[in-house]
Amino acid sequence: MLDFVLKRTLQMVLVTFLALTAIFFLVRLAGDPTALFLPPDAPKSQLEEFRHALGFDRPVYVQYTDFVWNAIKGDFGESLSTRQDALSMVLARVPATFQLAFSALGLSLLIAIPIGILSAYKRNSIFDRIGVAFTVVGQAVPGFWLGLILIYIFAASLHLLPSGGGGSIMHMILPTVTLASYSVARFARFTRSTTLDILSKDYIRTAKASGVSVTRILFRYTLKNSLIPVITLVALDLGALLGGAVIIETVFSWPGIGRLMLESLLRRDFSVVMAGVFFVAVIYSVLNFIADLLYALVNPQIRY
Amino acid sequence: MQTKPLLEIKHLKKYYNIDQGWFKPNISVKAVDDVTFQVYKGETFGLVGESGCGKSTTGRTILRLNEPTSGDIRFEGQDISQLPYPEMRKLRRKMQMVFQDPYASLNPKKTIRQILTEPLRVHGLYTPEERVQKALEILEIVGLSKYHLDRYPHEFSGGQRQRIGIARAVILRPELIIADEPVSALDLSIQSQVINLLLNLQKEFNLTYVFISHDLGVVQHITDRVGVMYLGKIIELANTEDLFAAPKHPYTKALISAVPVSHPSEKKERIILTGDVPSPVNPPAGCPFHPRCPEAMDKCRSEKPPVVQLDNNHTVLCHLLA
Repeated sequence: MLDFVLKRTLQMVLVTFLALTAIFFLVRLAGDPTALFLPPDAPKSQLEEFRHALGFDRPVYVQYTDFVWNAIKGDFGESLSTRQDALSMVLARVPATFQLAFSALGLSLLIAIPIGILSAYKRNSIFDRIGVAFTVVGQAVPGFWLGLILIYIFAASLHLLPSGGGGSIMHMILPTVTLASYSVARFARFTRSTTLDILSKDYIRTAKASGVSVTRILFRYTLKNSLIPVITLVALDLGALLGGAVIIETVFSWPGIGRLMLESLLRRDFSVVMAGVFFVAVIYSVLNFIADLLYALVNPQIRY
Repeated sequence: MQTKPLLEIKHLKKYYNIDQGWFKPNISVKAVDDVTFQVYKGETFGLVGESGCGKSTTGRTILRLNEPTSGDIRFEGQDISQLPYPEMRKLRRKMQMVFQDPYASLNPKKTIRQILTEPLRVHGLYTPEERVQKALEILEIVGLSKYHLDRYPHEFSGGQRQRIGIARAVILRPELIIADEPVSALDLSIQSQVINLLLNLQKEFNLTYVFISHDLGVVQHITDRVGVMYLGKIIELANTEDLFAAPKHPYTKALISAVPVSHPSEKKERIILTGDVPSPVNPPAGCPFHPRCPEAMDKCRSEKPPVVQLDNNHTVLCHLLA
């Protein structure tokens, strides 16, 4: 077990390092940011001075080693536009993103798991057919479009809910529903297929022969067994959600990490982008690690 | 043997429909096709036959793990073939099954403690502490010990798992146990241990067994009466002794001639059947066995064979003896 934790921690460090390296070079392909921060008619000498002050006149490999060294110390530099510490800017957005991510995940699991289990149990029934159709539509509809349509209906026409921004429960409803609709489809389909698989297992027949009731078989026997593949999916989706659902956060002007990163990227605010990527990479690795630990919890056959 | 049967099967049929798609007619597989037999209290009734002859389906249909297509299943005189679900659930306490594959039939996510107490729990028997006590008792009886209680099925060997499977069935103190090839997945050396366990349990709890097997040696050793199945039908049914001493149906003769002899100097005439078992989707007209029967007559090709009643409750489904 300790071995496993140690190994995975080293892997997480490596993954984060590689992600940062890739992004470091990729954003620099987009060009020099300094011009964006000075008026277009600024003299050449001023531009040079500014570049020198920010360190962009040095060779890229020097900038890189410098960046790595500072990153190890937890210093991602200051935002080029606001002059605030980049990492604290990212961390300030964490609560909003987490709020949205966990409510979307909770909502989708709450809907998807019962749908998946019931449509597996009543396979090929009307319920199953409607469930499958519903989930296919859910997966096929792009989130930004659904978001806009929901804004049009509930905010613009009916004036029931705010169209964007953050702060209250009311603000959360539309983005949560939009984000959840995609996950619901995935989770429900996955739960359905794994449940079908488990229901055909011999030990389910054994349970029936003992006289175990249908509800108990479905929710106690099958659920635990079909949960394992779903955990993987949840970990991946949650990673994406916590890293900031960029498009949805933008559509609903939700003050989360995704929107911050998109804005920073457009402004070529490199330090904030790097700090954001660092955060997302760490979140992703940690979640996958937790998922692996959860496997062992639900499946006694897995040992680390 | 008593006159009143514990289990009485009459004209049991189980057909599976195969949906071929929208534009083709549905066809049905006659997995169990008009099976009739009785099992008396305390006896061991054997069902033998080749793979795919419908013996396992018969076993499962008796317990309503598959819904019968038609026919009567009488248990202690009560017809259970149409019994509603809640009553059937209660009745499961009295009729249990031991499954073929001890690797697949135990839930891998549950400990032995959970597997053994679960049947008692779903039937609302005893308090939680008593259930564990019962589980311990039964573990001891099947030859396992207390320290096995909190392990998971994958930590056991095949023989041990089958002991657990048997313990799970016996813990409810059922009247009837249907054992579906309980030893065929086990090594030969373990087979005899498990069979002896089954025999001991039968004595101890006065159990009635329906023993499904393709292993004639085992069947000869432990059963009182045997039904031989071929393509969903019981083609011969007799006391075990009579059947092995003087088989009447050509198929039974061929099967018994294939049992390996126990001594090299023992000579035996081996009847070798040609061809394969026909598909149950499209069974041959007349007697289902006629394409492979060495003694087939013209009549066998067109007419269904009659049930011929011989001495000693020996019945055969064959034109030759009519």
